[in-house]
Amino acid sequence: MSSETHEAVHRHEAPKSFIRKYIFSLDHKVIGIQYIILALAAVVVGVTMSVLMRLNLSWPGTKWSILGTLFPTGAPGGIMNPDFYLSLVTMHGTIMVFFVLTTAPQGGFGNYFLPIQIGAEDMAFPFLNMMSFWVTFVGFIVILAAIFVEGNTTIATSALGVWLGGGSGSTVGPIGGWTGYAPLSAVGVAAGPGQGAGMNLWIVSIAIFCIGSLLGALNFITTLLNMRTRGMTLMRMPLTCWAWFTTAVLALLSFPVLLGGGILLLLDRTVGTSFFIPGGLVFGSSVLNTHTGGSPILWQHLFWFFGHPEVYIAILPGMGATSHILSTFARKPIFGYRAMVFAIFAIGLLGFFVWGHHMFISGMSPYSAMTFSILTLSIGVPSAVKTFNWLGTLWGARIRFTTPMLFAIGFVSLFVAGGITGLVLGQTSLDLPMHDTYFVPAHFHLVMGVASIFGMFAAIYFWFPKMFGRFMNERLGKFHFWLTFIGVYCIFVPMHTMGMVGMPRRYSQFTEYRFLDSIHPLVIFVSIAAIITALVQLVFYFNLIWSVFKGKKAGENPWEATTLEWTTASPPPHDNFAGVLPVVYRGPYEFAVPGAPNDFVMQTEPDASKAGSEEVGGNGHNGHKH
Amino acid sequence: MGRALAVIIWILTLGSVSLFFVKKWWFPEAISAHAAALDRQFVLTIIVVGVAFTAAQVGLGYVVWKYRDRGPNDRAVYTHGSNRLEVVWTIVTAVIFIGLAVMGQSVWASLHFNKAPAGAFQVEVVAQQFQWNFHYAGKDGVFGRTDPNLIDDSATNYIGLDETDPNAKDDVTHTVIAIPEGRPIELILRSRDVIHNFWVPQLRFKQDLVPGMNIRVHFTANRPGKYELACAELCGQFHYRMKSFMLVLPAAEHEALMALPQDQFQTRITELLAKYELPVYQQ
Repeated sequence: MSSETHEAVHRHEAPKSFIRKYIFSLDHKVIGIQYIILALAAVVVGVTMSVLMRLNLSWPGTKWSILGTLFPTGAPGGIMNPDFYLSLVTMHGTIMVFFVLTTAPQGGFGNYFLPIQIGAEDMAFPFLNMMSFWVTFVGFIVILAAIFVEGNTTIATSALGVWLGGGSGSTVGPIGGWTGYAPLSAVGVAAGPGQGAGMNLWIVSIAIFCIGSLLGALNFITTLLNMRTRGMTLMRMPLTCWAWFTTAVLALLSFPVLLGGGILLLLDRTVGTSFFIPGGLVFGSSVLNTHTGGSPILWQHLFWFFGHPEVYIAILPGMGATSHILSTFARKPIFGYRAMVFAIFAIGLLGFFVWGHHMFISGMSPYSAMTFSILTLSIGVPSAVKTFNWLGTLWGARIRFTTPMLFAIGFVSLFVAGGITGLVLGQTSLDLPMHDTYFVPAHFHLVMGVASIFGMFAAIYFWFPKMFGRFMNERLGKFHFWLTFIGVYCIFVPMHTMGMVGMPRRYSQFTEYRFLDSIHPLVIFVSIAAIITALVQLVFYFNLIWSVFKGKKAGENPWEATTLEWTTASPPPHDNFAGVLPVVYRGPYEFAVPGAPNDFVMQTEPDASKAGSEEVGGNGHNGHKH
Repeated sequence: MGRALAVIIWILTLGSVSLFFVKKWWFPEAISAHAAALDRQFVLTIIVVGVAFTAAQVGLGYVVWKYRDRGPNDRAVYTHGSNRLEVVWTIVTAVIFIGLAVMGQSVWASLHFNKAPAGAFQVEVVAQQFQWNFHYAGKDGVFGRTDPNLIDDSATNYIGLDETDPNAKDDVTHTVIAIPEGRPIELILRSRDVIHNFWVPQLRFKQDLVPGMNIRVHFTANRPGKYELACAELCGQFHYRMKSFMLVLPAAEHEALMALPQDQFQTRITELLAKYELPVYQQ
């Protein structure tokens, strides 16, 4: 942003070499697609793991001979052992939260569409953008490696494990859940399987991921604040941009804390510091004399100070996409745009003051717990405002039921279903029976997992024509929607009842407790629903790949939408607008304007009455200043 | 399409809500003094949740049923919203949600803002990977000194009790917790290794045991019987079977038990475990 030497526009040429164009690309669109591909690969791993977990929970002790062949130490004779199960819990959570829910919504769709929607040619720092993807990619490789270093003897990487300080025996990966509570995660192999080299790699992977996300966040914030085109005032931005911006601010403020915590944990494990390890621990019959004075609860504070904003990092982009898509296919302006912006901000802000609700029963001060509890239920208020406005947007609408619209409506339904049980879990008293039962995974899978994913499904079906110049197949898309929508309800709603019966999380089997016997039919029902729902996703993958090559051709603005990405070619040229940056004259969701010739008015359409008066106003400016 | 979606949303809503209201799967019957108030708060909350959930889903179904596209000449209502509605809605939800949050503190406060009442029966709980250990003070009511350096699993000294301490002479330890009915119980929670969690569903109570901390909690159990005790914080490989039992005994039976020396205590606990049955769970 140094000088304004070129007032006249000039075009940036696309790089010619394959490597600079598709691998180490500086183009935010290519980087966005790279993030999406990373998420699509990671989610296959994560979902496969969840299916394996369901198989073990429903039919414990069954021989799955293929598992025995692939993981002879984790499933000897094909029977999954408890450490294998727990490492699946750990890896499923970590991969899903970091490499799926944080990459696709923000790094993927945000990267691709934020610059275009604000009328910029690229991100503010294209090189940083490339770095943030590749750093994240390295993080993913490291987390995959963590599966293989703990003691899986058939695989060559076990040598890597030995070099990294040794595996811990029979397990196939680290054990700690996605939260990695100390001191289980801090003292090394003394604490049992899953605490060796794999745990080191788990921490290293997360630390790398934090760095990648930080680079991305800086870029998003700078781009949005500095590179909006003429007329694109803040309050004319699509709600997607507000969501990505707020998400970036949350990432900027929360990932450093996790990065710091991760480094401290790694130091505890490797060089003998005692940040999280108190003195006098006993494993076997031997006292661990090498550590003294640390606090296990400190790790929880550091982790959840990041971990709670992370929930909003996962879902805010989905909220943005949903608002955007609902308005487009409702053919109606978004209801309460300003309230929506404030609600996003309120959620982001309050999100930093509620981390303690994960720790009511941790031994933290009960007075802090009360404060966190009341702040937590306050987050319900802006969330309810958003839901109210989504319904308000659909009220009096003329809805076009495209696949992206179905998923956006599904998002609203699932966001309500998942979010509302926060009213239960957020109360200190009710957390006493509910904490660490299946009520908790039921709640957060619906709201942070499935609702966010529905936001992303809506986004991919919606923007695919822009990204590839072709539609995804609508018939397959609708089939995908119906079965997934019904499927996720069948998976996660019964988990609430399991939690009420008292079923604890992170148990590899429910065979030991009689109070859990009555719930077994429900456990099997959930597993069957999960397997079917997982298989249905193959239809989505097929549709995605098939449509890239064979999908119906799409024009510049196939959905008759209003925002800037629909003013340029599909797919957009390297510099997004072929050298001529758009000028914005109005808000993002001008549908059904009385007297207008069409039922949608593009943001770039000059106001007939004010034509020529240059009244584009606001603090947006010509973004071409570099 | 809109009608099909509306119907599916309504069916899923009905299915979800009925799962809670048929009560086929519900909390096990409570045995603690604070549980009645807690269960009332749960029912109140789940009603608010159920009403809000149903209203939102029925509303969502209604708008997708009613407002479908009707061709190019029929446009949607042109409106950007209503500030008045936003304000009213914000206030209404704030009152309900924060009201619930405030009400949700009362049981918590009764358990955690006060110390255990005088005369509470004390038990030291020392968790270790996949085993519960309970330390009873014996007749003198004073716990013997413990030291992690004295822990010796092979000699069944799981808590590191110092046998040379005179206060330890009448102390007993066991992997089963036996408490008196109707008298306040104070647990002093410790962990030898990693974080564990004391969880008896019938108590409606849960608390982490954190290494390096002595966490004191209290509650009162009102119904004699044998109950399953589970660990509810991931503690490693065999977390799923870190199981024990909680015996709630009539006062006299409990007093007699506590007067026994270690070896007879063991035998007596075995007898009591056989004498009391687990609650009959709904099938």
